[in-house]
Amino acid sequence: MSAEDLVPPVIELAAVHRTYPGPPEVTALHPTNLTVRRGDYLVVVGPSGSGKSTLLNLLGLLDRPTGGSYRLDGVDVSGLPERDRTALRGGRIGFVFQAFHLLPHRTALENVMLAQIYNGTPRSARRAAARAALSQVGLDHRTHALPTTLSGGERQRVAVARALVTAPALLLCDEPTGNLDSTTARRLLELFDSLHAAGLTIVMITHSAEVARRAQRIVTISDGMLREGGRAEPAPAGAPT
Amino acid sequence: MRWRRDRRVPERSTLGVRDLAAEATAGILQRPARSLLTTLGTVLGVGAFVAVLGLTSTAAGQISSHFDALKQTTVTVTDVGDGRERDKDAPAPVAFPGDADQRVTALNGAVGAGVFWPVSLSKPVIGASVAVTARSSGNAGDLPVYAASAGLFGAIEPTVRVGRVFDRFHDRRGERVAVLGAAAAARLGISQLHAQPAVFINGAAFTVVGIIDDAERLPELLLGIIVPRGTAERMYRPPDPTISPAQMVIRTRLGAAQLIARQAALALRPDRPDLLQATPPADPHQLSDSVSGELTGLFLTLAAICLVIGAVGITNTTLVAVLERVGEIGLRRSLGARPRHIAAQFLTESTVLGTVGGLTGTALGVGVVLTVALVRDWTAVLDPATVLPAPLIGSVVGMLAGLYPALRAATTEPLEALRR
Ligand SMILES: Nc1ncnc2c1ncn2[C@@H]1O[C@H](COP(=O)(O)OP(=O)(O)OP(=O)(O)O)[C@@H](O)[C@H]1O
Ligand SMILES: [Mg+2]
Repeated sequence: MSAEDLVPPVIELAAVHRTYPGPPEVTALHPTNLTVRRGDYLVVVGPSGSGKSTLLNLLGLLDRPTGGSYRLDGVDVSGLPERDRTALRGGRIGFVFQAFHLLPHRTALENVMLAQIYNGTPRSARRAAARAALSQVGLDHRTHALPTTLSGGERQRVAVARALVTAPALLLCDEPTGNLDSTTARRLLELFDSLHAAGLTIVMITHSAEVARRAQRIVTISDGMLREGGRAEPAPAGAPT
Repeated sequence: MRWRRDRRVPERSTLGVRDLAAEATAGILQRPARSLLTTLGTVLGVGAFVAVLGLTSTAAGQISSHFDALKQTTVTVTDVGDGRERDKDAPAPVAFPGDADQRVTALNGAVGAGVFWPVSLSKPVIGASVAVTARSSGNAGDLPVYAASAGLFGAIEPTVRVGRVFDRFHDRRGERVAVLGAAAAARLGISQLHAQPAVFINGAAFTVVGIIDDAERLPELLLGIIVPRGTAERMYRPPDPTISPAQMVIRTRLGAAQLIARQAALALRPDRPDLLQATPPADPHQLSDSVSGELTGLFLTLAAICLVIGAVGITNTTLVAVLERVGEIGLRRSLGARPRHIAAQFLTESTVLGTVGGLTGTALGVGVVLTVALVRDWTAVLDPATVLPAPLIGSVVGMLAGLYPALRAATTEPLEALRR
């Protein structure tokens, strides 16, 4: 038994597959086994249409698998009613989307606080936590800015802060650098590196090899089939054991 | 910094009332101009509703106002004669018997009654002194002279400014006393009674016993000199029913006027009721009903149509908002919102829009009623039972209007919503 087997898994997929009922029927994800442990930084690379988003939606409880079992943070979520899946989604998963999905009429702070509405955070505790999350992504100085006045990189940082403010077990990112230029993208990836170093579990999908190179662990996907792409580097020293 | 996280995860997603209100308000204020326009239909509908009901009750309320109360408690009986008294030299006496006042006040519902007629004088000379002649400037010959029974003062309830009014004994004994109307007194230059002033009518002196004012049931009396009917009957010709007939004014209790009008002629002249004609006041119920009934129905229908238009407007706006904010819906679902939270948010937005419309409409409707009342010098009558729940009509309209958009929002698949 290796040391890393003692780290509890955040994601355990066993023979999970997803077939979109047609016509024509599309098997976007073939039966897949995947384990992601706490503190892992996993990147899924694959060409367009290979099934990356399908996988991420299943992991994020936005979609149900056609078959197989999924344990999230120790909870078997395959058979859970929608109500409980929604609560888990709000409480244990943070999402970062390619298109940011910020509300245009709310300030950065208000956008971050939006994540606290549904998970039962008391109103009195919200502002401080949201400010802390914004400072964590390096946006202390722009808390009251509207998204329209922020740069692309800053907007994505607000989205990251919003994902982090609920202290999730897992951060899911769907092409987070897709709408950013390479310099801005690099600085955002540095942020993810530091979050990873602090122990956050991250699963990111991308079709950029350059982005993939920074990750601790790479998985490639093509035509709905997952293949372990090897480890880029050993787990960072700060990862929990 | 080390990444730490809280192991406590809520069993289910929540959405507090204050958060719901805040989110809905933010959604509305996001597009203030559109929200304002959306409420217009509801504003008009609720406004029309309040205005119509307010105006109806205000108009109906005027029936019970002071002026109408007078009209509704006054019955007039006129001596119409029988058409045979054309004989200029020996005209028939007035049809009202000497005890006319007592006969009528004995009827149940009659409070006071009195007879009066204008005394016909040819080329009268009237003045405050015996020296006044037809040519002198003090001649007030154009002042009317009225004969009145003592009961008339009880029927018309004037204010006695100075002195007193004459009574049944003056009347029966035919005494030469006079009561002056305020205007006539001013004309004759009489304001005090210390010096026991008299008025001279064609040389005959009448002692002034009092001056009256404010005779709302018979204001023309204030312009004249009033002498007892018994005195007038002895001194002057009876009036011609075809020109200036004798009349009786009866003051009744509220609601008794119609009944008294039917009974008066027979009570006064059981032998010849046809000589007298009683005129009751217009029936107040018939009046207000015929005026407002059809119009109220029409306007309420218009108000209902406005409300339907308002509802369609809110539905439309909310639906557009749902379609525009699909991305937001997807995001909220990814943040743990349940379909019912999404539905509640949009339903609250539409309900708030409807409520704002309802409040504005109510204020507008009340304003219309107050303005009309002010312009027409009416007392505005607003029933709290219609005004207070009126904003709720807006809320209900807004809520119903939001049902379909809210359902659409709640059933939006988060996956599809996030793909945008
Ligand atoms: N709702 C759906 N119904 C039917 N087929 C679908 C549906 N969603 C995805 N697919 C198909 O499943 C396959 C995988 O799609 P997916 O969106 O997971 O690809 P992807 O790797 O995310 O691609 P991209 O990089 O372009 O985002 C594709 O062939 C796609 O056409
Ligand atoms: Mg994709």
